[in-house]
Amino acid sequence: MTDWLSPEEWTAVRLSLKVALVATSASLLPGIAMAYALERGRFWGRQALDVLVHLPLVLPPVVVGYALLLGFGRRGPMGSLLAEQFGVVLSFRWTGAALACAIMGFPLLVRAIRLSLETVDRKLEDAAGTLGAHPAWVFFVVTLPLILPGIIAGMVLSFAKAMGEFGATITFVSNIPGETQTIPSAIYTFTQVPGGEGGALRLAFVSVAISIAALWMSEWMARRVRRRFLA
Amino acid sequence: MAHVSIRDVRKSFGSVSIIKGVDIDILDGEFVILVGPSGCGKSTLLRMIAGLEDITAGEIRIGSRIVNDVPPKDRDIAMVFQSYALYPHMTVAENMGFSLKLKGMPQVEQKKRVGDAAASLGLTPLLDRYPRQLSGGQRQRVAMGRAIVRDPQVFLFDEPLSNLDAKLRVAMRAEIKELHQRLKTTTIYVTHDQIEAMTMADKIVVMHDGTVEQIGAPLELYDRPANRFVAGFIGSPAMNFIEGCLEQDGLALPSGTVLPVEAQLPVARGSKLTCGIRPEHLQIAPPGTPGSIPATVAVVEPTGADTTLIVKAEGGHLTAVLRERSTLRPGEAVALKPAAHQAHLFDEQGGRIAAA
Ligand SMILES: Nc1ncnc2c1ncn2[C@@H]1O[C@H](COP(=O)(O)OP(=O)(O)OP(=O)(O)O)[C@@H](O)[C@H]1O
Ligand SMILES: [Mg+2]
Repeated sequence: MTDWLSPEEWTAVRLSLKVALVATSASLLPGIAMAYALERGRFWGRQALDVLVHLPLVLPPVVVGYALLLGFGRRGPMGSLLAEQFGVVLSFRWTGAALACAIMGFPLLVRAIRLSLETVDRKLEDAAGTLGAHPAWVFFVVTLPLILPGIIAGMVLSFAKAMGEFGATITFVSNIPGETQTIPSAIYTFTQVPGGEGGALRLAFVSVAISIAALWMSEWMARRVRRRFLA
Repeated sequence: MAHVSIRDVRKSFGSVSIIKGVDIDILDGEFVILVGPSGCGKSTLLRMIAGLEDITAGEIRIGSRIVNDVPPKDRDIAMVFQSYALYPHMTVAENMGFSLKLKGMPQVEQKKRVGDAAASLGLTPLLDRYPRQLSGGQRQRVAMGRAIVRDPQVFLFDEPLSNLDAKLRVAMRAEIKELHQRLKTTTIYVTHDQIEAMTMADKIVVMHDGTVEQIGAPLELYDRPANRFVAGFIGSPAMNFIEGCLEQDGLALPSGTVLPVEAQLPVARGSKLTCGIRPEHLQIAPPGTPGSIPATVAVVEPTGADTTLIVKAEGGHLTAVLRERSTLRPGEAVALKPAAHQAHLFDEQGGRIAAA
């Protein structure tokens, strides 16, 4: 059943899924917090933070990858700190690929959550306060359920971005088969060698199939949430 | 239940002053209505009482406690919003029981309290529905039910009926009043509809541009408006205003009519005054009747119970409400005779002039 993809191709597919899932789940909580801070917060430097979060959306991915290499590479300030203190190495590891993907997808995640936060009727939160609810409780019982569709949409976008991320990943963690070679890097490698067309085509199909499945699943989840919760 | 006192309360958004020093005393169990034109700051004041807006200056007390720095959840109030603010992801029962769940009340007790409130509001068959499956009137009841279940010291209502159709509004008006008579909870109710204010309130606070124009019982405001603003705001159709000049034998109107006034007015002869006459205090008289205002009929509006007559007179249009049915036609000449001693007089600043 699995022989229509070669073992190396399977490895790339598995790795891509792992990287994308880890990147998306790891950025979920920070993404919700960031969206909330940017949408509701009134603090000094909010706009600068907004720009910083959105930067990966407009920068060339290679630049983001290079910045990660400088910061989180073995000799980078963050990289050496993580390696010495926690024994965590990111450069040229799949964890580094996940970090690159998470950063590239973060603005998409934050944007989607923020948009749905914007549409939440503030009176619903006000009402909870007048009914005796603590602000933290208001967030979990009122706000969070209302922005769930936005969170799902943001996660799908972030997952899709991670599945397709190439420039930042290859710059930061290179293209090591079995460690950092995701579907896009594998396709790239196939196109560089004679007779690689078949592999490139097969992986391209897989990547289309995964994207469609992700979209379909998010649509289904969003519909369920909406039917359960919202008008 | 609690007494609420508002002392020289002010509110600014940035440099814009919205509430400009308001003093109101609300007695325990009283039903007080804040009324005023759109944008006068009613909702802002109510939200300050609820704790949803901070207070720029002044003091608000609920019971014996100064609540300026108390968060909404600890003020022991319940607020009903114009948009109802029901939770779309909760059923009617969950919405109504929201405050009880927060208190950690046992399930059985919660169910009983919600059930009782639902029964009193006719919501029992709807308890398992979601707000989206309800009509506007039903949502409004659920919002009230959610507030009632909390059993607060004070109810705050912000235009709870303005999204309902005219007929339902009248029915809900009576229902809210009945509810208040049963529960006797101190209530502060905001509306821009003076009829709602007149029919429901124990005490009306008329606001205008961030200040209080007058506080009093409905009929007190109707019979003795403190100024021209209140006189024009309370009453429907609105009071007629005619500019005149105070002379030896009365107030000379532009039509030449001299309206008799009390002899002991604290203003000099020759002063310009505004005379206010309620529509029901103008009666039809044969043209030429002494002391009447000559006019031409412009519009006749029969409502069934009475007839509203709009006429064109020297100095502007006048409205009269006649108890009887009328055969008058537009264009006909009539005379309107003000009822004796029913005119309100205002000076050029709009303040009421009372006989000395
Ligand atoms: N958050 C805010 N920031 C700035 N201005 C505000 C804010 N909230 C209200 N205002 C202003 O305060 C004034 C009073 O508003 P408020 O909502 O209290 O009026 P209102 O009397 O309730 O009117 P309506 O009958 O239309 O509801 C308005 O001019 C409004 O523009
Ligand atoms: Mg308002």
